[in-house]
Amino acid sequence: MSRPSLFRYASPAVFYPLAGRLWPWFAVLAAGLAMAGLWIGLLVAPTDAQQGDAYRIIFIHVPAAWMSMLIYLVMAGYAALSLIFNTRLSAMMMRALAPTGALFTVVALWTGALWGRPTWGAWWVWDARLTSELILLFLYLGFIALQAAIDDPRRADRAGALVALVGAVNVPIIYFSVTWWNTLHQGASISLTRAPTMAHEMITAMLLVTFAAWSYAVAIALFRVRLIIRDREQQAAWMQESSEGR
Amino acid sequence: MSPVIALLRRDLLLAWRRKSDATTALGFFVIVASLFPLAVGADATLLRAIGPGVIWVGALLATLLGLPRLFAADQDDGTLEQMLLAPQALPVMVMAKIAAHWIVCGLPLCLVAPVLGLQYGLPTDALLVLVAGLLLGTPIVCLLAAIGAALTLGLRGGGVLVSVVVLPLDVPVLILGAGAVDATLNGLGAQAHLSLLGALLIVFLLATPWVVAFALRIASD
Amino acid sequence: MVWNSVSEFVAMGGYGVYVWGAYAVTAVLLLIEVLQLRSHRRALDADRPAGAPRLPPAR
Repeated sequence: MSRPSLFRYASPAVFYPLAGRLWPWFAVLAAGLAMAGLWIGLLVAPTDAQQGDAYRIIFIHVPAAWMSMLIYLVMAGYAALSLIFNTRLSAMMMRALAPTGALFTVVALWTGALWGRPTWGAWWVWDARLTSELILLFLYLGFIALQAAIDDPRRADRAGALVALVGAVNVPIIYFSVTWWNTLHQGASISLTRAPTMAHEMITAMLLVTFAAWSYAVAIALFRVRLIIRDREQQAAWMQESSEGR
Repeated sequence: MSPVIALLRRDLLLAWRRKSDATTALGFFVIVASLFPLAVGADATLLRAIGPGVIWVGALLATLLGLPRLFAADQDDGTLEQMLLAPQALPVMVMAKIAAHWIVCGLPLCLVAPVLGLQYGLPTDALLVLVAGLLLGTPIVCLLAAIGAALTLGLRGGGVLVSVVVLPLDVPVLILGAGAVDATLNGLGAQAHLSLLGALLIVFLLATPWVVAFALRIASD
Repeated sequence: MVWNSVSEFVAMGGYGVYVWGAYAVTAVLLLIEVLQLRSHRRALDADRPAGAPRLPPAR
């Protein structure tokens, strides 16, 4: 009886109301942090000497890029948990995170393009980081497509978990090969995420928005996992009885 | 005769009796590679520059073409179920099936590639590197695609799905394989590329059959 | 505050299109995700209104 304390929360019936109580807090936290971060980033932080005000895109670009990678890692973590312990909830969390991860990847790519155009005159540069980010998007899309194609939830969970893990194992290989390809083909090119010598307001703003993005991802994942649980366990007795089931 | 050899022989025999699968992939490869000059123009310098990449992408897609069906026939006639129940280790049998598929579909691509390379004006040493790279790289593509084939077993639209799931993972192979030919063309030597490709092949040979076996068990639960 | 006027803030030193383009699209994408989740929940609510009789198990 020493283990169940934590494993208790792996039961959808226990986690469902917990997630319901938690997500509004994370949503509020996300909104507050985002407002504080953008206030400092857009209104307080000084104009950069080299890039002018175009650099202010960094306050969403870098947090989005970080979150896109973090979410994939967390997904792979849940994938491992679901395959090792065969917990349904881990797989549901993995599923709940994927669309948000893909969204942050798109945001990172889009803001990268809008930053690249004024900074070095091209919407898209085959820079190692941009290219890796693009491949990360493809990994997300493959995962989502596979999950969507499988009707049986149990099989979808296990197949998705395997694909997420295989992808995570391959990410370092892909990143290494893309970096190598980039150095061979372009020589030392501009590095996109190298911040212009950052004033500390800039760093504060960037970190605030990063935590905002993190809270947003947590809130959305908790909300979505509740929907997934409802989709799947509509017939379960606990869902029928609890008024929380709504 | 060991069951693994028997399985390999059976798959090769089946492919021999139904040659169209192998020849379709080969035909696709040749046609795709020949379409590019028509699209970008017959400028010799340009063709030599894009040749390695075009041939590699063509080979990648052609290898992926037949793979989604890798386990489908076996599932339809119940052989797969026997394999899952058999006392022999499933990863080893999976390995035999992938090997058979590569011999039927991958190897001919590697052998035809130099002819296409000539169309793009690649010199002899680059052609040799191209073949060496394809010989090391196409098995990796087969191994990775086998994971996808196993996971999508029996699903609607399985073929396209395999490509979407697996193609991002093929990026390193593509970079190293096409890069090897490029490096030769630029007089840099392709040894580093080919060594890394070989290292990848060894890692994937050791790891993938277990993953595919696991995926097969997921799909046929 | 680094800006002297609202129009200066909007112009972003001449990079307004890029900066606001980035922020606007991000906001729209996040909004779409939130709305999509909300409509998903609505659909589930409509499926089983409050106090609906217990459904027999599907399987």
